[in-house]
Amino acid sequence: MTLAAVIAEIEKLYFDIDLDAVAAWKARTHQKAIGTLPVYVPREIVTAAEMLPVGLMGAGAQIEIIRGDAYFQSYICQLPRSTIELALTKRLAVLDGFLFPSTCDVIRNLSGMWQLLFPDTFVRYLDLPQASGAVAARYHRRDLEKLARELGDLSGHPVTNASLASAIARHNKNRAVLDRIYELRAKAPWTFPTREVYLLLRAANLLDVDDHTRLVERYIAAATRENRPVRDHTRVVVVGAFCEQPPLELIQTLEAAGCYIVDDDWVLGPRWLQGPVAPGADALQALANAYLAQSVASPLKFEPGIRKGDALVETVRARRAEGVIFCAPSFCDPALLEQPMLEAALARAGIPSTAFKYAENLGQFQVIREQAGTFSDSIRLWGAA
Amino acid sequence: MNKGVRKEPSMVKQKELIANHFTRLSKARALGKKVVYTFVPGNLTELLAAFDVLPVLPEINALQSGMRKLSARYIAEAERAGHSEDVCTYVKCDIGMGMTGNVGPTGEPLPEPDLLLLSYTGCFVFMKWFELLRERYKCPVAMLHVPYQGEGVVTPEMTAYVVEQLKTEVIPKLEAVTGRRYDEARLRAALALSAKAEDDFVWVLDSAKNRPSPIDAYFGGVYYIGPIFTAFRGTAEGADYYATLRREVEERLAAGESPLTPEGQMGREKYRLVVEGPPNWTSFREFWKMFYDEGAVVVASTYTKVGGLYDQGFRHNPERPLETLAEYCMGCYTNLNLPSRTALIEKYVRDFHADGFLFNSVKSCNSFSAGQLLMLREIEKRTGVPGGFIESDLVDPRYFSEANIKNRIESYLQMIEQKRRGTTEFREQSAESPAVSRRERNGEPDGDGGRTPPIPPKHGGFREPT
Ligand code: SF4
Ligand code: SF4
Repeated sequence: MTLAAVIAEIEKLYFDIDLDAVAAWKARTHQKAIGTLPVYVPREIVTAAEMLPVGLMGAGAQIEIIRGDAYFQSYICQLPRSTIELALTKRLAVLDGFLFPSTCDVIRNLSGMWQLLFPDTFVRYLDLPQASGAVAARYHRRDLEKLARELGDLSGHPVTNASLASAIARHNKNRAVLDRIYELRAKAPWTFPTREVYLLLRAANLLDVDDHTRLVERYIAAATRENRPVRDHTRVVVVGAFCEQPPLELIQTLEAAGCYIVDDDWVLGPRWLQGPVAPGADALQALANAYLAQSVASPLKFEPGIRKGDALVETVRARRAEGVIFCAPSFCDPALLEQPMLEAALARAGIPSTAFKYAENLGQFQVIREQAGTFSDSIRLWGAA
Repeated sequence: MNKGVRKEPSMVKQKELIANHFTRLSKARALGKKVVYTFVPGNLTELLAAFDVLPVLPEINALQSGMRKLSARYIAEAERAGHSEDVCTYVKCDIGMGMTGNVGPTGEPLPEPDLLLLSYTGCFVFMKWFELLRERYKCPVAMLHVPYQGEGVVTPEMTAYVVEQLKTEVIPKLEAVTGRRYDEARLRAALALSAKAEDDFVWVLDSAKNRPSPIDAYFGGVYYIGPIFTAFRGTAEGADYYATLRREVEERLAAGESPLTPEGQMGREKYRLVVEGPPNWTSFREFWKMFYDEGAVVVASTYTKVGGLYDQGFRHNPERPLETLAEYCMGCYTNLNLPSRTALIEKYVRDFHADGFLFNSVKSCNSFSAGQLLMLREIEKRTGVPGGFIESDLVDPRYFSEANIKNRIESYLQMIEQKRRGTTEFREQSAESPAVSRRERNGEPDGDGGRTPPIPPKHGGFREPT
């Protein structure tokens, strides 16, 4: 597969807000599909129930919000209003159920809105544990067991320990290949531009996990063959975009402004668990334990003994980044409440940072381009912002 | 309006209770008392009392700062220090207060916490708030994850999960901080006192079913919840306060009196309303006046349930001390899912014979606000009673536009009047209400940095645009 062919495919998927790819998958497999809201849901259980987990991440600037705005006050972020818009315009009709994880109060309440608006649809709020240790592991396992039972009932394919272990193995492969592309990009960001890496990640939302793994492998092979010019860009980590997504143009703007993005937290769901999950004798328990012990550092999960920002400083160092760009959606509680703690940690470590906010349907990028450009220049010219 | 301003014994008692608590707090170090910061929803007051520690509730500090007109300065301090203008102003008010000496209402600094008891109940922001305080105070945090009622029920597994956390996380940390052993007999005794106070409190809330209502269950209600939502649940003084309050309300009821307001007894009851959402604290009196001047009394409110849904039958039960605490936490209003919240407001509209229901949507609070427009529409559909929608904020005066809100409330009450008389057809209209401009929401810089006061919706009802 040529690079151009891979890029054409991932671009098509990115713009597929009608979920044609999901409809095609359903027609091919005669199975069901489950929409999952950001950020983390154990997609392995959906896969084990022989259904397609479909990542929903709003609509970007691709549709005009007409009805969605009537459901949300202006001080609530954009993602829920575009998600409602998608549903009311029947673009999510191909989905057979929805999982709402406990990402924040907006997504939590959106689960209740779904219950009110679509009473005949399978809707499940997934309360991921904030506690830790054995108590949380037991509770979360029980909750996952209930979810597995419900999804098995919905699909007609009961989730067994064997089917779940196999699904975990398939998702482990996907995690590994995503890790690999992140490693490769950090080493040679000119070979693996973020626009492409981002589109590849977004493709994980719509593709069967094995198809996605293959696509990433093909991309790596094709991109490696290209001889792309190395530019004098500043290496940055982007933080804060784990839920509502920045417009694709914003990502391109950052690159065009002289930034090589060497790590980020967008489309975090498929990369949430760090490293492979060992299914062991009790695959549900393994998934529950993995959530407790292998979650990526994020604003969403309480970590008892960890100082805020340590993980970010470590990422900056491991990726040899020169600065951090805080890029969070307007009105996003988790990202914006976390930010001062991360900024303080960066300041302690002498790492420069800059910050701006966006909405998924932002249409003008000039201000951000100038800000990112100045940030990048100041690092390159003087070694600090 | 009867202008004779009357101070009832319960008011004097409450003032004393709260003043004494803050005095005790300011002397905590001298008295060798340990101090635990925690939140109102899902508070474990009886358990804290069993360890003889003093609670500090940062939300209460924030609302008091709002009422004392200090919050604008505190919020500005926090924003200058890098806290986003988009996030909950309770957090910023508290952070700003901490940055400027953490001075409490007595004029003396509040003691630093020995433990942050993070009851993660019904609000995600609580977690971030205490992570921020952990950075500052470098003290231990006890996390109590209270599962949300996503399916509208509390299951035995959920209760067991919370109880296990109490046993393995909260109690051991309280033991470590205080050097005391967990004393279950003491906890049971406190819980028995809680239940007694809760009976009287519920009687008071239910008195609003009468016509005229002897209480205002929102503006007056926020005073009534003071002791039971804070440090006095499970205390003899708390139980005594509610017994006194009940006697007063019984007398008012027998005399056919309407609620007391800051300007004396309210005039004729013209409108009976249910209110959803927290009040604005920076202009609390002005806000209340907009209602009582028009003869509008709030007969039930959801805000007075954030610290427990006692009116729906919950009582602390000394026979099952830890289980009852767990069930209490899970039953707080903001821990209910949207269908349950909607059903509760619908029930209030019916049970309290309300003429209308009004949402005060606060910019700060996604936990309350996200989904309210749909709830409003749903309740209108189910009850046939018109809903109203206004926007403000808790403690950020930039988002309280007095003229606009007053105008909206008056129009809303007129609409109820017209509907009641059947003279005008109730028009179906939509309610988008940009408290923050659309440009800013879209990430584009706003002329005044998003500080524009709210532009209220043009009408009271919500309808999906056709
Ligand atoms: S963007 Fe932030 S506030 Fe909005 S739904 Fe996502 S996590 Fe929640
Ligand atoms: S978001 Fe709402 S519930 Fe949470 S701390 Fe702020 S005001 Fe309280």
